[in-house]
Amino acid sequence: MRDVAVIGVGETEFGELWDRSFRDLGIEAGLKAIQDAKIASEDIDAIYIGNMSAGKFIDQEHVSALVADYSGLAKHHLPTVRVEGGGACGAIALMQARLAIASGMYDIVVVGGAEKMTDVGDVQAAEILSSTADQEWESVFGATFAGLYAMMARRHMYEYGTKREQLAAVAVKNHKNGSLNPEAQFQKEITLETVLNAPLVADPLGLFDCAPLSDGAAAVVLCSADRARKFTDTPILLRGSGQASDFLALHDRRDLLTMDATVVAGKRAFQQAKLEPKDIQVAEVHDNFTITEILAIEDLRFVEKGKGGPATVDGVTALNGQISVNTSGGLKARGQPVGATGVAQAVEIVKQLRGEAGKRQVVGAIHGLTHTLGGTGATAVVHLFERGD
Amino acid sequence: MGTAIPRFWREIQSRYNLVGTKCGNCGKVDFPPRSVCPDCGRKSVGRMETYKLGGKGTVVTYTTIYDAPSQFDMQKPYVMAIIEMEEGVRLTSQLIDVKPEDVKIGMRVQATFRKLGQEGDAGVIHYGYKFRPAAT
Repeated sequence: MRDVAVIGVGETEFGELWDRSFRDLGIEAGLKAIQDAKIASEDIDAIYIGNMSAGKFIDQEHVSALVADYSGLAKHHLPTVRVEGGGACGAIALMQARLAIASGMYDIVVVGGAEKMTDVGDVQAAEILSSTADQEWESVFGATFAGLYAMMARRHMYEYGTKREQLAAVAVKNHKNGSLNPEAQFQKEITLETVLNAPLVADPLGLFDCAPLSDGAAAVVLCSADRARKFTDTPILLRGSGQASDFLALHDRRDLLTMDATVVAGKRAFQQAKLEPKDIQVAEVHDNFTITEILAIEDLRFVEKGKGGPATVDGVTALNGQISVNTSGGLKARGQPVGATGVAQAVEIVKQLRGEAGKRQVVGAIHGLTHTLGGTGATAVVHLFERGD
Repeated sequence: MGTAIPRFWREIQSRYNLVGTKCGNCGKVDFPPRSVCPDCGRKSVGRMETYKLGGKGTVVTYTTIYDAPSQFDMQKPYVMAIIEMEEGVRLTSQLIDVKPEDVKIGMRVQATFRKLGQEGDAGVIHYGYKFRPAAT
């Protein structure tokens, strides 16, 4: 297997972008990444797109060809692949692109992730998100996506004594990070009281425990590591990638409070990279709800199982804490255009490792991690990145 | 967008009568029915027997839902729970006939038959299980 590096990144702003279409967003991110990588369109061997549900959000399937077309690449007749895997689709697209380069089949691949969520109403968007859970045996009975995560939160409180305030601390931290990210959907700090006093969505989770609905796109350019230095002085190596699946429905899982898919994906990535959790300085983890980040930092072994709440309050995961988690603001504050998530996380880690993260720069970042979930944890993907210099 | 009626009626046995399967190899009960036992894999193929759950279980975790899809608008706020059945298998269901503040983890509950929802104003009504506090 050949080593693979990231040589270019690009992203749009995230938010309720009424004047931007799916294709506008996908193309902006892609062109920025291509310019950043200083490659020509003739250099591109293939395109991989992470997109959860354009069919439902904008009534358009076949978005892989669409993005290539509107990026001015139709005449090159590139192979284009659209990947689906719930919220993990962007991270899976990155993994598939890495494999294609590692195998020797391609040299340079553009990986994009995009979602346009605000062309449908809020209630409908929430229903579409719920469709990554088990429609026949969860959703049809009235279990919403937030409701399923709320049941994890309730059980975490019951088994480990986690407090409502500790969940809220995740939101406060991520909004603080978001305030330092000019691309974030929410760039305002919030107080603990704001989170605690927000209307309940699914008890114990309130409105500020939930990531927003967003429009946005992100892209990275991957290149075989041996050619990467022709394009950039700061290639970022993709050192390990792990993907894992689990029971689709939450109630069928071995333990409601351990996402086995995260544990296994993490082990696979760390083994491949010959790294340990303690080697990581900066991580972007899936925080579609506050409880999700707590479970993620536990399952990735950054903190002990059950201690995610107190660790967050103690600043272990704060910017330039023991491990900086969700420096971009995470899904919570940066925004959650679902298909873009896994790719946007990679963009943030690359910026951090290049030293280009501005006010939210993690000092001395050498190794970074991304963690992305599909559904309530039926899919998990972990990627590990390293400064190439 | 409407949903074809067969999508609901093909699940009637399980949704109305809590019919699952029991593995002929290890004896583990699954709900809803499975063709392959998650523990035994290939050894269980062709040996999964129909098995009706007794309908009694215990609340493992729960939530009160305030923000719901449009078809549940009339019911909100409502309580959802993950329930561990006496046979060991878990499922997700609404809890009814109980105030949200009275629901507890470990609470004994039993299945009952209710309307689950309907497809718009003129569409098919579909039915299935909900759970309520056990009689004793």
